[in-house]
Amino acid sequence: MLKNITMGQYYPVDSLVHRLDPRIKILLTIAFIVAVFMVHSLVGYAIMLGFVYLTSRLARVPFKMLMRGLKPLRFILVLTFLLNLFFSGSGEPVFQLWFITVTAQGLSQAVHYSLRLMFLVVGTSLLTLTTSPIMLSDGIELLLSPLKRFHFPAHELGMMMSIALRFIPTLLEETDKIQKAQMARGADFESGNLMQRAKAMVPLLVPLFVSAFRRAGDLAMAMEARCYHGGENRTRLRVLKIQRNDLLACATMAGLILLIVAEGLLL
Amino acid sequence: MPIELKSVTHTYSEGSAFQATAIRNVSLTIEDGEFIAVVGHTGSGKSTLVQHLNGLLKPTGGQILIDGEDLNAPGADRRRIRQKVGLVFQYPEYQLFEETVAKDIAFGPKNLGLSEDEIDARVRRAMAHVHLDYDKYAQRSPFELSGGQMRRVAIAGVLAMEPKVLILDEPTAGLDPRGRDRILGMVQELHARGGTTVIMVSHSMDDVARLATRLVVMSKGELVATGTPREIFRQVDMMESIGLGVPEAARLCALLRQRGVKLPDDLYTPEELRDSLLALWKEAHPC
Amino acid sequence: MDDRIKVEKVSYTYEEAEEPALSQVSCHIAPGEFVAVLGHNGSGKSTLAKLLNALYLPTEGVVTVCGMDTRDEDKTWDIRQQAGMIFQNPDNQIVATVVKEDVAFGLENLGVPTEEMPGRIESALSAVRMNAFADSAPHMLSGGQKQRVAIAGILAMEPSVMIADEATAMLDPSGRAEVLETIRRLNRQKGITVVWITHFMEEAAQADRVIVVSDGKIAREGTPREVFRHIDEMRALHLDVPHMTALAKELREGGMPLREDILTVEEMVEEVARLVCLSN
Repeated sequence: MLKNITMGQYYPVDSLVHRLDPRIKILLTIAFIVAVFMVHSLVGYAIMLGFVYLTSRLARVPFKMLMRGLKPLRFILVLTFLLNLFFSGSGEPVFQLWFITVTAQGLSQAVHYSLRLMFLVVGTSLLTLTTSPIMLSDGIELLLSPLKRFHFPAHELGMMMSIALRFIPTLLEETDKIQKAQMARGADFESGNLMQRAKAMVPLLVPLFVSAFRRAGDLAMAMEARCYHGGENRTRLRVLKIQRNDLLACATMAGLILLIVAEGLLL
Repeated sequence: MPIELKSVTHTYSEGSAFQATAIRNVSLTIEDGEFIAVVGHTGSGKSTLVQHLNGLLKPTGGQILIDGEDLNAPGADRRRIRQKVGLVFQYPEYQLFEETVAKDIAFGPKNLGLSEDEIDARVRRAMAHVHLDYDKYAQRSPFELSGGQMRRVAIAGVLAMEPKVLILDEPTAGLDPRGRDRILGMVQELHARGGTTVIMVSHSMDDVARLATRLVVMSKGELVATGTPREIFRQVDMMESIGLGVPEAARLCALLRQRGVKLPDDLYTPEELRDSLLALWKEAHPC
Repeated sequence: MDDRIKVEKVSYTYEEAEEPALSQVSCHIAPGEFVAVLGHNGSGKSTLAKLLNALYLPTEGVVTVCGMDTRDEDKTWDIRQQAGMIFQNPDNQIVATVVKEDVAFGLENLGVPTEEMPGRIESALSAVRMNAFADSAPHMLSGGQKQRVAIAGILAMEPSVMIADEATAMLDPSGRAEVLETIRRLNRQKGITVVWITHFMEEAAQADRVIVVSDGKIAREGTPREVFRHIDEMRALHLDVPHMTALAKELREGGMPLREDILTVEEMVEEVARLVCLSN
């Protein structure tokens, strides 16, 4: 049933990595991305792969699960690889057939770009697999909160994200119901050309919008009735505190970056 | 156009961790002209059951025959069958989408590919069925109407398909007494005068007692009993054990019998109970 | 006078509306009372509810809650903390993705210190018998359970009044029973004043007092027994009366000398058994 959908790709187990502060995890993911861009050799990529593998073990997330995140990107990956292979780089061709020319530089660039892309996806998947959407939204809100001084609506943004998360299952269920109700009136969502299909969505989208607005109005009133008045003087049930493990994780990441830098200098 | 269910089972998300059987082994034949009330707790499988009757859900086991034709056989024309079996969902007003009442009601007939004249005639007939004045309401936006009126527009949208069987899933949910009586009066009229077979899912035993010719009692995904209201409501203990209860009149009758008042054991409407009690009283006080 | 809520000659007109939704309404609600407000859709009963915790401000007249005037902007948050409100649609009043965090929502808004929250959440959830669901996702709960979570969210704020605006209208009979039972228990055990807006007569029959609203005015007021004996008047207002009250009237008209103010099946059994057994 639709009720059982899981949000995003969060993998709900308890692990050291899951328990890390979401703010730290977001920052570490950014650091990881930086590290990916610093890698310039296959050895470097091997180190990164080792890191990703160990982290996934530590997070108790099956490595296969992590790799599954690459599946939707397979066409882009292949395309990136081929474009770089054929259309970049100059110098001596290592392979030539009709109009296709492959140079050594082109080959190395193709490998680099595709590996980079893969590591970017895997790195962010590690974050989303081990951090629940609500913790993620908390983390983003808190990281952005210093910007409040410049009138950046960090609290509102966080509230918006968490309300969206709360209502996604409700709206999905509603979509299913409206779709069935219109099908009972002979609506056809499955056949016809693109134009006809787009038109067939109107009976689904209009009620969905009307209902979303009605819910928004109701919710706003219910929030006001419970004394909601923005982020001012607000306390929180969930307070995030940096723990020893968070510092350890930072140190590990620093170690990884050092290793990558050293490897780049030595080789 | 009888509908026949042969050991119908429906399991959601079969094979996954969330697997759940909503209905199990339900066999039932619905004849022309019946007014069937489907009663049961939330989660007893009532809604799942009725969504099978026009092919919106496919059984994971068993068969559904409509007019002798297997609804889910390969090559069966489900859209044609859907036109014969109209389904009004819970809170149907949430499916309205057109700019005007008339256009919204015309959505179904249009999907059937009918001529403009026929569509217009059907919209008028459907609005008459739900007691909405064509001249007054046809060109108004459905979103400006009251909740009860919106619901009637939505029901008209299904009636305009001119189904032989009308299924309503809790048509009075959330309405006040006046709205409730209007909708139920309308459904009763369609059944009595239009000869439409009606299948109504309901939580109100009192409404059911007044309207239905037959009850289908569901509990935990299974059909536990079926019969006329009189047959079902005399089984007070059975109905209470599955958490449904009986109409207040039937409960009063059972309690009075326990206290030794000589009443028949199968009274379930306030009218019969009144007549029986008054007869008893007159017997004791002939003057 | 010691009133929890005082409504004095209050009128309310919606923006862009010509007719007032409420006109010249006055009523007083005493501490610990359980008052049902009955009326058909559009009678003005929901408008009345929203005037009681400063969601709407009266166009004319005065509403005071625990002595605070709702027009006083400095008092808005105190008033809403004192007079909590539960709405009709269980889905549209739950803010958080986890039950206990939703109960915390009001506390967070009031600025309650973090250390104090878990205790208050726990006792609020156990008062509505939902502690087993503290870590559940709201969308997995039944309608009745969601409404109980909403009640816990209000309860944690330690209000003295609870206003329920058709809180059972969208529930099935068992959900309706569990929500009403919860509220009645809170009323009896914690002395919380309850304003229960409904169109279910059986629910109103359980109140201490019933206020019938029609066309923006109070049409009748009194104990359920006093109100429901006016069967014809209630029907003229498009409201029902409990089945037993109606049956009792018909039996009386047929010559049985029954009491006039019967509300429940149990009362009817006693009355009929008394009369019939006497005569045997």
